[in-house]
Amino acid sequence: MAEGIKDKVAIIGMGCTRFGERWDAGSEDLMVEAFKETIEDAGIDRKEIQAAWFGSCFDSVNVGLSAAPLSLALKLPFLPVTRVENFCATGSEALRGAAYAVASGAYDICLALGCEKLKDTGYGGLPDMATMMGVKNRLIMPGLTAPGGFAMMATRYFAKYGIDPQEGKKILAKISIKSHKNGAKNPKAHLRREVTEEQVLKAPMIAWPLGLFDCCGVSDGAAAAIVCRADMAKNFRPDPVYIKALQIAISSGEEMMYTKWDGTYVETAVHAAARAYKEAGIKNPREEISMMEVHDCFSITELVTYEDLQISPRGKAGDDVRDGFYDLDGKIPCQPDGGLKCFGHPIGATGLRMMYEMYKQLQGKAGERQIKDPRIGLTHNMGGFPAMNLISISIAGLK
Amino acid sequence: MVGITSYGAYIPRYRIDRGVVYKAMGWLNPGTFMAGEKAVANFDEDSITMAVAAGIDCLQGMDRGKMDALYFATTTSPYKERQSAEIIATAFNLRADIRTADFTGSIKSGTTSLLSALDALKAGSAKNAMVCTADCRIGKPGSAQEEIFGDGAAALTVGEGNVIAGFVDSCSVSYDFVDHWRADGQTFDRQWEDRFIRDVGYAKFIMEAISGLAKKCKLDVKDIAKVAYPCLYEGDHKSIGKKLGLNPEQIQDHMVSNVGYTGTASPLMMLVAALEDAKPGDNIVVASFGNGSDALLFKVTDEIEKVKGKRRGIKKHLAMRRELKNYEKFISFRNVLPVEKGIRGEIMGATAISELWRSRRQILALCGSRCKACGTPQFPSQKICVNPDCKTMDQMEDYPFSDKRGTLFTYTADLLAFSLNPPAIYGFVDFNGGGRYWFDITDADQEAVKVDMPVEMSFRKKYVDEEKGVHGYFWKAVPVLE
Repeated sequence: MAEGIKDKVAIIGMGCTRFGERWDAGSEDLMVEAFKETIEDAGIDRKEIQAAWFGSCFDSVNVGLSAAPLSLALKLPFLPVTRVENFCATGSEALRGAAYAVASGAYDICLALGCEKLKDTGYGGLPDMATMMGVKNRLIMPGLTAPGGFAMMATRYFAKYGIDPQEGKKILAKISIKSHKNGAKNPKAHLRREVTEEQVLKAPMIAWPLGLFDCCGVSDGAAAAIVCRADMAKNFRPDPVYIKALQIAISSGEEMMYTKWDGTYVETAVHAAARAYKEAGIKNPREEISMMEVHDCFSITELVTYEDLQISPRGKAGDDVRDGFYDLDGKIPCQPDGGLKCFGHPIGATGLRMMYEMYKQLQGKAGERQIKDPRIGLTHNMGGFPAMNLISISIAGLK
Repeated sequence: MVGITSYGAYIPRYRIDRGVVYKAMGWLNPGTFMAGEKAVANFDEDSITMAVAAGIDCLQGMDRGKMDALYFATTTSPYKERQSAEIIATAFNLRADIRTADFTGSIKSGTTSLLSALDALKAGSAKNAMVCTADCRIGKPGSAQEEIFGDGAAALTVGEGNVIAGFVDSCSVSYDFVDHWRADGQTFDRQWEDRFIRDVGYAKFIMEAISGLAKKCKLDVKDIAKVAYPCLYEGDHKSIGKKLGLNPEQIQDHMVSNVGYTGTASPLMMLVAALEDAKPGDNIVVASFGNGSDALLFKVTDEIEKVKGKRRGIKKHLAMRRELKNYEKFISFRNVLPVEKGIRGEIMGATAISELWRSRRQILALCGSRCKACGTPQFPSQKICVNPDCKTMDQMEDYPFSDKRGTLFTYTADLLAFSLNPPAIYGFVDFNGGGRYWFDITDADQEAVKVDMPVEMSFRKKYVDEEKGVHGYFWKAVPVLE
């Protein structure tokens, strides 16, 4: 009977570039920058790496297909390298591949690196999806964008719970204000400026009801991790971070084509979270999770995620937001590094960036953002749209 | 007796006041001034989509499986090669063993296509046939055509049984009369002097065809309830009637003042309007103009009462209007004014023609599947049932969604996505009877769009790949207007 990978794999080194509009850096520069910090942090010789997983998503504007770009950039010595892609949860997939390889006993030490160069498109927002969803979908899918795909969840959430859209926007604004406050404290974040409620509410509309400040930064960046067998982790450092759970869940088509899903939550998140809590042995997430980085591509995503993760009751996440429950000094700080909102969202790197913050916080190295004595960190990384998506949930902690 | 068995029409929702056009371009040719307003196809409409809309109106309550032919008449086909009639027939999900043809090259081809359909019935090569006609003609900025042209469509089914207006006879005249012309590769018509068109052509050919028809049928014009013929010049339209000996109330409204001159579609749109008000026993004459004229005589039967009031036709479409106040938007819709789409708006995935072929019924007819085990309708067609409690494999039957209404589950109005008519509104439709999918929403103002509002489906142009010359069609959701 499968028992999961709890405490079988440890993270012994991590690195993350500054995220942002890195006009001066190509993807090779970003990969090397993240890699350098990672091996220095792990204190290992690069020759000790036995296999690597490379995550990048928008290949057409990025580094090109296959795992070769990573191997070439890092001059890996004919190692087995695998490229993975799973929409915006690509970074978490790279970590999952590397961790599973170690857990299986195939390798002792593996590298996971995610990189995305989004600012080579010539326009704002994510690269247009018209050409990326397959030849049939492009003939039948509406001409949608990422903010529009998520805005539909806000529309439905407000309608179901009878929230006036202007009131709803105020709840969402509080989420963005909190992340900007945290991001301002983070030297590696893309957007480092606090914002007021007035600024958020008066910002230009992007996809009704979401305005500019309901949307995350679109950035260049890379992040990486070195994982190894848990029993050898302390040979490298005194404070390795242990993986407690890695779970993903992907849509079955039911949300999109069957009329049961009510559109106010992300179905896959419920399944992935339940499996992750089981794998990690977490019974009461509201009490046991110390902190988290969730996929706040848009403010509404963060709001429903509080509920999907069984931390806020259904329809009541707004109350926790108003109470400051998820603020840096709240019960479960969420997005201590600024989240996708302010740290930025280079697709392939994001899942690893989330884990980077959990890793630093667990080790007490998060500077002025440091949370007091965190024990368990959770990352929630989402790809796709609420109606068709995948959710990757990782849980990590100190032993 | 062969004759008309059903009718339908379509007028696009947007209307532009001719004063708006004149205010923008009247400085160039002050003599182009015209009163009234005209119907303007939305950016995602063209002759094919309007013909489908008129056809759906016409096919209400009809057995689509019985159609043996579909003819389409227009001078504004998006393709020079690729038959428009076949796109339309597929959108209606008609059988494959039917005859289809495009009638084009002259704005009289609307009546010619109807005559050909009636001839096919008389010859016994079809028992039921359908005729769709639409035009979406572009007038050059500052021209008189820009003021008079309007967009619209009409559709008729003809058959042997349940005839609402029996076909009596026809009379045609054909001349290589070059009042206007448009050569291969040209966007706009060129036309000869108005006085020539009026005195040599317009004032004579319609008279010739109608008089010829009356003579052939030994019909006194006093016994005709309505005579419908297109209007190129308002004064001359009246004098044709006078010369034929008609009272003003015998002359069908030409709709130039509220729809515009709809070219190929004009005579049959007027015929539909005449049928909407017809009584059993009425004689109705319809005539076209363009390189000659066709005149057709119909005699209305008791069956008319079964169809009357059950179509949107001309009347209801006239009432469904939304003012377009912006001239630049009007000419941008027709690609006369090139606009900045941004790099995002320029991105265009290649159309896999082979995918279009194998999924043609899903894409063009909005035909999905229904699970035979649990009865769940689903779009697009699935091999494994999407119902989580079923998931039966390979037990699907065809299920059309195009005629199903639904409610809007949720939506957004997107300003990041490129649209020629921003914001781009899209959302999820939960179909009455089951099934859910996401669609673009069109012909809707953002303020009027609400969660749970009723919607229906409309065949629209989804994209144009100008570089590769591909016009992509699919279905969009529109608010139910009645």
